[in-house]
Amino acid sequence: MRHLLSIADLGADGIEEVLRLTDSFVEVSGRAIPKVPALRGKTVVSLFYEDSTRTRLSFETAAKRLSADTMTFSVSASAVNKGEGLRDTVETIAAMGIDAMVVRHKSAGVPWRIASWIDASVINAGDGWHEHPTQALLDCYTIRSRRGSLRGMRIAIVGDVKHSRVARSDVVAFTALGAEVVLVAPPTLLPPSLEGWPVSVSHRIDDVLGTVDAVYLLRLQRERMIEALIPSLREYRAVYGLTADRVRRLGPDTLVMHPGPMNRGVEIDAEAAGDVRSVITAQVANGVAVRMAVLYLILGAGTDLVAASPAVDERVLEEAGTARD
Amino acid sequence: MAERERAATPPRGGVFQPRTTVMDAADLRRAVTRIAHEVVERNHGLEGVALIGLQTGGVPLAHRLHEALLNVDGTDVPVGTLDVAFYRDDIGLRPVLPEEVTDIAFDLTGLRVVLVDDVLFTGRTVRAALNALNDYGRPRSVQLAVMVDRGHRQLPIRPDYVGKNLPTRFDEQVDVSADGVVIGDVVPQRPGGGAERGA
Repeated sequence: MRHLLSIADLGADGIEEVLRLTDSFVEVSGRAIPKVPALRGKTVVSLFYEDSTRTRLSFETAAKRLSADTMTFSVSASAVNKGEGLRDTVETIAAMGIDAMVVRHKSAGVPWRIASWIDASVINAGDGWHEHPTQALLDCYTIRSRRGSLRGMRIAIVGDVKHSRVARSDVVAFTALGAEVVLVAPPTLLPPSLEGWPVSVSHRIDDVLGTVDAVYLLRLQRERMIEALIPSLREYRAVYGLTADRVRRLGPDTLVMHPGPMNRGVEIDAEAAGDVRSVITAQVANGVAVRMAVLYLILGAGTDLVAASPAVDERVLEEAGTARD
Repeated sequence: MAERERAATPPRGGVFQPRTTVMDAADLRRAVTRIAHEVVERNHGLEGVALIGLQTGGVPLAHRLHEALLNVDGTDVPVGTLDVAFYRDDIGLRPVLPEEVTDIAFDLTGLRVVLVDDVLFTGRTVRAALNALNDYGRPRSVQLAVMVDRGHRQLPIRPDYVGKNLPTRFDEQVDVSADGVVIGDVVPQRPGGGAERGA
């Protein structure tokens, strides 16, 4: 694996392989000294054109636990303020000799452009409304670690689907692993077309609460809303929020998930976020291990993701060998 | 790591073809029993002794040695498993992925750790294991038990307990399983399709 740009590039086998490797990094993260020398001498740069707390720190923690060197680029303190363009900025950083660039940008497709400009590996940490592959991987890992598998699960993704790169990547990943996804949102917060999405749609959270194995609340992205898409926050909460009353109606094993940062009292009440069924903190903790797996696969494993998995039997290895010829 | 699996991973590629059986299941059992006695003798009992099996070939041997120690001395020593993938020195040169999650549920500080592996070859796996052990505490001592020492060391590492010294060519393969020890070759893959399989 050279880049991680889209969750779809991995496919079901690739996702499973990342999750399998993540188990090993969860073990590393749980040690007294949570560090391995695997990526000694590698340099990872985070290039964030949008604000971020958890994703940037999560990637940097992951890189440090693998003994890679990290550099952080923040737009506010850079030559971007002197008018330097994206390509010049990227090529300047690449010229310093780096191995991977973790990119977040407000425009969809930027990580693909960057990957075409530089030799280093590129990891998409969120591009506009488009993709957020490592979030999808950590969500899959979190569900799998609680339930064993996503196969046959019914997962509701609730809220601002329109502006959500998390929803786009999660739909691909959840369905690839055999789960059924129902989107719950007002028509104004759904994408204009859902053609080709393997999902069903509901406009009432109350209709799905009793039937789902996980409720995934999306952040209402007020900074991306340039028009009035919802009547008011209070009304949104009344119809779509996971309130204390609604969380009581969930099944005993139904998971409550949120990618963060939370708008408490809007899409999720404090009671729901703190409920025993909430795995929101586990999502953050697993995020570090998942990103260690991704960085290791890209910079360390020296292998094609699926073809070289040592867990496969000889027959599969033979086929992989054939495929390389 | 089991040598057979390592041999089957790219870029070397190929499929293991057995040639000669060097030890049968009974030989293997006697060797494990003898090593158990040697471990007890060398450590004057089993006080503070722990076994760490190296993934994947060393793990079943570590469990067999644990059982043998129980029979010999009546002591139930702790057993852990270690995957050294993230400590290897050939990361980036060949595909290096962990086979299993490391499981060491006890602090190694002050213990006499016996590393257990199936085949001792270049010594690089053991070097990686010694580094990894440091992250789990500071053992009082580390000893090495292997079923087969096939020579060709590339590092100054020697075993403390050996099932069998087995002179080999560098390009031969040694496979250790519950059925015994088999020496063989890795057969290259045919250009057009799958590999030639041994009988």
